[in-house]
Amino acid sequence: MEDAIKIDELVPEFKDEILAKIPDANFDLCLTCGTCTGGCAASELFDMDPRKLIRMLNMGMDDEVKKGNWMWVCSMCARCQSVCPMNIAIPKLIFNIRASVERSKRPKGILGSCDLHIKTGSAMGAKKEDFEFTVLDMAEEIRETQSDFEDLQVSVDRVGAHMVLNQNSREPVTEPEEMGPLWKVLHAVGADWTYPSVMWAGENYCMFMADDEGWRYIMEEFVHHVDNTLKSPFVVNTE
Amino acid sequence: MRKFKIPHKFEFTTIIELYAQWIKEGKLKVNSDWNKDLGVKFTIQDPCNIGRKSGSNKIVDDLRFVIKTVVGEENFIDTVPNRDNNYCCGGGGGALQAGFPDQRRAYGRTKFNQIMATGASYVIAPCHNCHGQIEDIGEHYGADYHVVHLWTIICLAMGVLGEDERTYLGPDLAEVGL
Repeated sequence: MEDAIKIDELVPEFKDEILAKIPDANFDLCLTCGTCTGGCAASELFDMDPRKLIRMLNMGMDDEVKKGNWMWVCSMCARCQSVCPMNIAIPKLIFNIRASVERSKRPKGILGSCDLHIKTGSAMGAKKEDFEFTVLDMAEEIRETQSDFEDLQVSVDRVGAHMVLNQNSREPVTEPEEMGPLWKVLHAVGADWTYPSVMWAGENYCMFMADDEGWRYIMEEFVHHVDNTLKSPFVVNTE
Repeated sequence: MRKFKIPHKFEFTTIIELYAQWIKEGKLKVNSDWNKDLGVKFTIQDPCNIGRKSGSNKIVDDLRFVIKTVVGEENFIDTVPNRDNNYCCGGGGGALQAGFPDQRRAYGRTKFNQIMATGASYVIAPCHNCHGQIEDIGEHYGADYHVVHLWTIICLAMGVLGEDERTYLGPDLAEVGL
């Protein structure tokens, strides 16, 4: 039989650490009602659920809270917090647990995507030159083969375009023909748009990895490019 | 940008809101005539980021408006629950690349059951994570629904969907409008 948890010997340091960053996280207000857990599709996986996690955090079971892999199965969908009567910031808790893991020990897939994004501008590692080539090549193919679209306009870094669109890297990297339908809709409405060459990809694995530094870098590069180089008044998220 | 308080001059919007706006303005001329006789049924995946986590139902309501316009109101079957109360597909937050496929699929079972309960043969997933996850759990649990991007169905309804742009359509729609 396992030993009982000796609360008197535990000091909830991790909770205070997170509260210093998120003062309104409300961990201490937990009523243990379990509404979060009842509505969570990740409950019971790895023998964990949101209510249990909050209890462990509040009791000071810091090592156990940071251990395990549930924080990578929870998708931070925020259904728990949206039904919580005390509005406890459970998704932000998960984010901070992820951030507490040594960077090199976070899941390889997420880490690799984040690093590639910082380096190349997309999580799949497509460089801006490759992105530009694929996009322009695909557009040329549509103009040549589909008579309704012989004047289809697709550009990268067209300064002054009204809208800048991001693009999930899955299309240019693995299925470029899937970009055609999006472009056709934009063509049909006469949209004045362009793709950015800098941080053009729609995804952001540094956010998933809880890498604030990487996440911020990606955003800053993107914002700088749109505001100062392209000078476009609108950014459109395509997903 | 909000999280890091990065100042920016541009406004931020989503393509879904623009689709809805363009349809309402008459710029995007599209209807559901193509599906009148076919009666192909569609359901929806509400991505958490544009639903619950956006703080309002504005975008997911626009999404429903667009889908109903292009597939026909009678051919749209919503999930239960939905919009800001929807279940996450289980592919978000990096889960697709986190290296725990068994747990990810167990998580996705809730979404799978939700989709199966609609009886729809197509799921419109306007997010790549959701798209990937819903395809994977469909295959894993042995369903024969198809997962499609919204732009595919808009172009299908406009009659401009090219031959090479039909990867995600099932045999029932593979030839429609060609």
